[in-house]
Amino acid sequence: MAKIKTEPLTGKIRVPSIEPGATAHYRANPAKPEHNEALGFPGEKIANWEVKAIEKMGEILDTNRAFRVYMDICVRCGACADKCHYFLGTKDPNNMPVARQELIRKVYRRYFTIGGKYFPEQADACDLTEDVLDEWYNYFHQCSQCRRCSVYCPYGIDTAEVSMVARDIMDSIGVGQKYCNEILGKVLNEGNNLGLAKNALANTLEFFEEDVEEETGVAVKYPMDMKGADVLLIPPSADFFSSPHVDGFIGYGKVFHEAGVSWTVSSYASEFANFGMFIGDNETMKKVAMRIREAALELGVKRIVVGECGHAWRVAYSFWNTLIGPFDFLDPKYKTPTHMCEFTLDLINRGAIKIDKSANDDLVVTFHDSCNVARGSGMGNKPGGQFDVPRDVIKAVCNNFVEMDEETIREVTFCCGGGGGLLTDELLDLRVKGASPRAEALHDVMERKGVNTMAMICAICKAQFTKVLPNYGIGMDMVASVHQLVSNAVVLGGKKGV
Amino acid sequence: MTLFSVLFILLCYSLTFLSVGLFIYRIHGYANTPVPLKIPTMPAPRTEGGVVLRMAGEVLLFTSLFRANKWTWIGGYIFHVCLAVVLFRHLRYFLTPVPGLVSLMALAGIVAGIGLVVSAVYLFVRRLAVDRTAYFSTLSDYFALALTGLIGLTGLFMKFVVRTDVTSAKAFVMGLVTFHPVPVPPDPTLVVHLLLVLLLMVYLPMSKLLHVGGIFFSPTRNQIDDSREKRHVNEVEA
Repeated sequence: MAKIKTEPLTGKIRVPSIEPGATAHYRANPAKPEHNEALGFPGEKIANWEVKAIEKMGEILDTNRAFRVYMDICVRCGACADKCHYFLGTKDPNNMPVARQELIRKVYRRYFTIGGKYFPEQADACDLTEDVLDEWYNYFHQCSQCRRCSVYCPYGIDTAEVSMVARDIMDSIGVGQKYCNEILGKVLNEGNNLGLAKNALANTLEFFEEDVEEETGVAVKYPMDMKGADVLLIPPSADFFSSPHVDGFIGYGKVFHEAGVSWTVSSYASEFANFGMFIGDNETMKKVAMRIREAALELGVKRIVVGECGHAWRVAYSFWNTLIGPFDFLDPKYKTPTHMCEFTLDLINRGAIKIDKSANDDLVVTFHDSCNVARGSGMGNKPGGQFDVPRDVIKAVCNNFVEMDEETIREVTFCCGGGGGLLTDELLDLRVKGASPRAEALHDVMERKGVNTMAMICAICKAQFTKVLPNYGIGMDMVASVHQLVSNAVVLGGKKGV
Repeated sequence: MTLFSVLFILLCYSLTFLSVGLFIYRIHGYANTPVPLKIPTMPAPRTEGGVVLRMAGEVLLFTSLFRANKWTWIGGYIFHVCLAVVLFRHLRYFLTPVPGLVSLMALAGIVAGIGLVVSAVYLFVRRLAVDRTAYFSTLSDYFALALTGLIGLTGLFMKFVVRTDVTSAKAFVMGLVTFHPVPVPPDPTLVVHLLLVLLLMVYLPMSKLLHVGGIFFSPTRNQIDDSREKRHVNEVEA
């Protein structure tokens, strides 16, 4: 595959001069009729799409306060303008969050405000035309819904919400995006985004057991559909086969083994990811999540622990209770859901598992905060736990940990460039350019601190970075799962559990 | 009373009524729109008191804007503080006797009036000067700044150039407030000043200026981070 041209890294993030239209032609592949229809959307663009799209917008204005308020109150101050990784990487002014929002706001004004109805030109309002719809499709699929802009907005206006609404409207008129809608069809039919069948999953788990036993001499179990287990583990399905995801999954198993906690994955709900959020369709999001509730009931578990996946953790932490709660059938001693990092840190803090930090002494580790974890969720008991819990896990299993520049971590972290349903090959140019702020910050600590490992807790981040960092001359072995570091350091047979 | 006075007084009442009515209507619309999910921008406060503090920081100090861009913050902050002081100082036209604090702020009011105009010009030029802001600024952005700036200018004009008769200006305002209107003072600057204010008042609830009320309804800023502990249900439908 041809390498995408990138600027040499300098370790500094610079705000570029604008280049109008630079990425106007970046276009995610459209969904095929069967992808749309599987989710209950029209297969192809419907005949009276203009009218229906505006009707849908009206519906959303009446049912989603955030969208309604955000359409009105943006003052275009520009606080967000230089905060988006896609703008910084592509220079296209429509990738400034405010300009991206204006694409839909100018249509909102035309149909829903007094000024726009009667003085469209003066009010900067415009009809929903074919060209405008094209702009929507292209630029609302150049937003990874990472919410960085919303941190800086004086009103908290969240472009993620706006892009979700735009995609929801487009789906409703039969203009869906292939990557998201095809995958959602798979998870609803097969239980995971990859379309892995039950027997393939069983084989994979068996392989893990053999592999770990061969390497360590300890029979660590990776159970599936085990009724009566204490813990139902929901990993992103990439954890079953992608690298470095699998190394993290192997780590989860070792932690459960050492803690002496019985656990299982479910073949019915073998996917933590939930792209229903990306397309802004709460009904689909609920359907995907509901499988997890059903699996937990069916298997009779006491608690649900989830693996390393960013947007899915946002859905789980922030939305599950509303969408598929209450969880009164689970043990109230535990938080639902519990993140694997919370689970592991608790064991470490209680001395329930034995750690040999020196196992990671060849690594100098930094941590990439995944956008949805950082700005869409929490962990532990204190605000900011989503930053501290995974760091505390890393520091407990590694001797060498350093931070990247503070303007690029924690709540102002940069998205990997592949989130929000953009992790698809036809958008590779965008993904490479969108990763440039993170690549710069990483380059800086590689040069100054000798960092050779960037750990993270998101399946999309891992897949994205292993693919795009080589374009910046950084090897894919830079990318690690947090539980891969745990896996290296946990001493098997070192303690007898909880 | 002259025909002009009658018409002007009618205009004052009808536009004020329209402005307040529209404002209430718009805010009522926000309040009655459901919030389907928990979407605070994290990390978010875990208590109601924490949310009050977060919101107070945004409204009184513009904390997020400060973090985003110091140049925009300084202009925007001065603009809003001056506007608040000027509005407060104008209470002297609405209250008899004038409260002590309002009387004490004579100098502050003048400084704020000048600050308002200067910062409006600064913000206007800022939009034109930076390639990013020039790209996304719309006519309404320039209009709002120009309108507010002109209101400030006409105010300063009556203070420093052709002084208006403050006593008759107050008598006119008090007449309106007590529903015993008296004729408009014969000062064209004052009439223009008041017309621009009425225009701004009507423009506010149908424009981005609604951010003054809208910010309180922003779910990313007013929600508590407690989704695991407390099941969020759509409060309007529930």
